[in-house]
Amino acid sequence: MQLRVRALETVLSEKGYIDPAALDLIVEAYETRIGPQSGARVVAKAWTDPEFKSRLLADGTAAVRSLGYENPVGDHLVVVENTDRVHNMVVCTLCSCYPWEMLGLPPVWYKSAPYRSRAVKDPRGVLRDFGITLPQTTEIRVWDSTAETRYLVLPMRPPGTSGLSADELAALVTRDSMIGTGFPKSAERA
Amino acid sequence: MTDSIHDMGGMDGFGKVEPEPNEPPFHQPWEGRVLAMQRAMGYAGAWNIDMSRAAQELLPPQVYVSVSYYKRWALGIEHNLLKQGLADAGEIAAGHAKTSAKPLKRKLTSEKIAAVMTRGSYGRPAPVPARFKPGDRVRTKNIHPQTHTRLPRYVRGHVGTVELVHGCHVFPDTSAVGHGENPQWLYTVVFDGRELWGADADPTIKVSIDAFEPYLEAP
Repeated sequence: MQLRVRALETVLSEKGYIDPAALDLIVEAYETRIGPQSGARVVAKAWTDPEFKSRLLADGTAAVRSLGYENPVGDHLVVVENTDRVHNMVVCTLCSCYPWEMLGLPPVWYKSAPYRSRAVKDPRGVLRDFGITLPQTTEIRVWDSTAETRYLVLPMRPPGTSGLSADELAALVTRDSMIGTGFPKSAERA
Repeated sequence: MTDSIHDMGGMDGFGKVEPEPNEPPFHQPWEGRVLAMQRAMGYAGAWNIDMSRAAQELLPPQVYVSVSYYKRWALGIEHNLLKQGLADAGEIAAGHAKTSAKPLKRKLTSEKIAAVMTRGSYGRPAPVPARFKPGDRVRTKNIHPQTHTRLPRYVRGHVGTVELVHGCHVFPDTSAVGHGENPQWLYTVVFDGRELWGADADPTIKVSIDAFEPYLEAP
């Protein structure tokens, strides 16, 4: 595949459609800068700032933009809050839509047939694949990203974290907890 | 195509989800090149995001499920290059340009990459008022278009509730086939798990999709 893709890139470059140097910078950005740390900072901010949290839940894009991140978030970001009563989970059954400005590139499992096929029909079974069992009384809400809206889960703040700074809290926020297939790390195990 | 393998919601038999610990952004160097080429060609106006999805949906099912994610992208790029007349099959096979280029709208250069590192905006001014509001019961149409659509099979013909109204958005069904943006109201519609999966399904599950107004009717 390496050769086939190099051939493709050569054709596009010789035709003048693309500039390989620009491609280098895109790849570098994903390898070095764009990842779930952005989403984690947003979550930690929401845990520590109730006013920000209410703005975040009302308009995810506007609230995240107000933080002035280097890589701005696109339009139509919707943040959904986990509570004792409702657990949110995000999938894209038709392709692999994912809030990559907040979380980086989607992991292989998110793009895989097992996740895309089962998340909407057997979310509890999918969560078991991640080692998670939720109480049978918890409502599971699955968001299938079928348009250009993007969903980010605001996980519940772990207990015993009241003295932690926003940076320390952000370190507890995992990628999977913002997709809904995991929980933040506990304060003791961080 | 609409009823093809990419529309996977609710299918059985694909097995367990297998997370990979400490997964790298790319597993092979060519994967990053494919992603970046897709972004650059999108910026150039060669095709839009709906056309790139539609190209992958045309892959034969046995190919779609057996190749990696970024290989699907590469195959989609090749398809769209041929379809748009931007390169011919001989050039792609040889790895060299042999015919003259077709003019594109613009070219992504290093100073411009910020433009492709943030998702584009798909919201558009509303040509007509929204037909539905939060709380309305709606039924998804039982439709099977032969071209690209974003209405998954597993919700077709089912009744749900409008929860969010996202404004008017570019309509993928027309955008994918070059028939323009044709903005349509976009709603989050939530379904009870038992409505989708039957009376004996888990009663604690709710599933939503984002549905364009032409996908919906009064129940």
